[in-house]
Amino acid sequence: MTLPQTPSQTIGPFFAVGLPWPDGPEVVAEATPGVVRIGGRVLDGAGDPAPDALVETWQADPAGRFAHPDDPRGPAGRAFRGFGRCPTHAEGRWAIRTLKPGPLPAPDGGAEAPHLDVSVFARGLLGRLVTRIYFPDEADANAADPLLASIADPGVRGRLVAVADGDGLRFDIHLQGAQETPFLAI
Amino acid sequence: MSDMPRGRATGSPPVVAGYAPEPPGTHPPLDHPDYRSTALRFPRRPLVPLPHRLTEVTGPLLGEGRVTGRDHDLTVQHGGEPLGERIVVAGRVLDADGRPLPDTLVEVWQANAAGRYRHDGDRHPAPLDPNFSGAGRCVTDAEGRFRFVTVKPGAYPWRNHDNAWRPAHIHFSVFGRAFVQRLITQMYFPGDPLFAFDPILGSVPEQARERLVSRLDMDLTTPEWALGYRWDIVLRGRDATPFEDEEDRP
Repeated sequence: MTLPQTPSQTIGPFFAVGLPWPDGPEVVAEATPGVVRIGGRVLDGAGDPAPDALVETWQADPAGRFAHPDDPRGPAGRAFRGFGRCPTHAEGRWAIRTLKPGPLPAPDGGAEAPHLDVSVFARGLLGRLVTRIYFPDEADANAADPLLASIADPGVRGRLVAVADGDGLRFDIHLQGAQETPFLAI
Repeated sequence: MSDMPRGRATGSPPVVAGYAPEPPGTHPPLDHPDYRSTALRFPRRPLVPLPHRLTEVTGPLLGEGRVTGRDHDLTVQHGGEPLGERIVVAGRVLDADGRPLPDTLVEVWQANAAGRYRHDGDRHPAPLDPNFSGAGRCVTDAEGRFRFVTVKPGAYPWRNHDNAWRPAHIHFSVFGRAFVQRLITQMYFPGDPLFAFDPILGSVPEQARERLVSRLDMDLTTPEWALGYRWDIVLRGRDATPFEDEEDRP
């Protein structure tokens, strides 16, 4: 049986009525050992901030495991929400607090470098945009990562790697323009 | 369904069952000039293909602890009842293979009966309703069912073009079981004369638009109390894997 899939629509400008959660950006509590802050801005094709976007993240735990029954290695042993959600504010800024994920085994016997999957929703986006955040202190793992390796232009590839910023990481999302973020077809 | 590990994998790579490609003609194009806000926001570079691996075939399982008993009823969140036409909106979350998606979080938000959102950015000079916030959530049951009680949202003007009005709609956010299934969309009401003038519904390929329109259901309609609208949400289905093909052979 194949049922016709439901089309997407824009999240619109007023999702703050229902979607933000008080603990949305806190994938882990602030006092958790190893906590890392990852954040940045969402910018449009004119370089202006998008103050009405929603950024969501999904990731493995520090051991590279998921609290999910479809992980063929079996579910993770401990509870880790793995999910972050943060609306952007006036300057287009978003941020989450999380733990750095571990690397993941890839089907070809290699490994995926530590990463977060990211969804971006906004007024003016009729569907979800997907991208990934990689870590700047993982040069060797990033060099061997299958997705990063599939992007020929090193300048474009580098836009998927967060930048050290004080005691956290910065990842700006350019929806359009010269610095457009690589978005992914899943 | 088995929750047992299929392959213990230190050393041996995991077998990841991916999800089927989305059929062309399902979703709106991101570049849709009739909806002006797309102009500076749609990506112009080609998307980079990402085969489904562990991060994509898993996803947040957020049901428990996110919902309290009355979150599905938008008419009981304040001291009194909101004004407007009371309705029940119910349906199922399924995948394209027809499998129900149980225990998955469904979130909704909407304008009030006068067409006004409880949001600082909404400048429509229609009244706010002190008894209506316009947000609800629930978790699907074992059969993938959800049910909300609310009031029918009003149409409202927006500034996309001269004399622009959105047809009445309820925003829906669903997670499904995997990151690849995540969907945010809008549900409409049958027969709305504003459909023909709405560039947001109109962005959907024509043959798929009706999938966003609920239907009046007299079985869901409660006598002397509320009209019922039914609407199912269908998320991506799985790829047939060689592993499953083997099992299916007689």
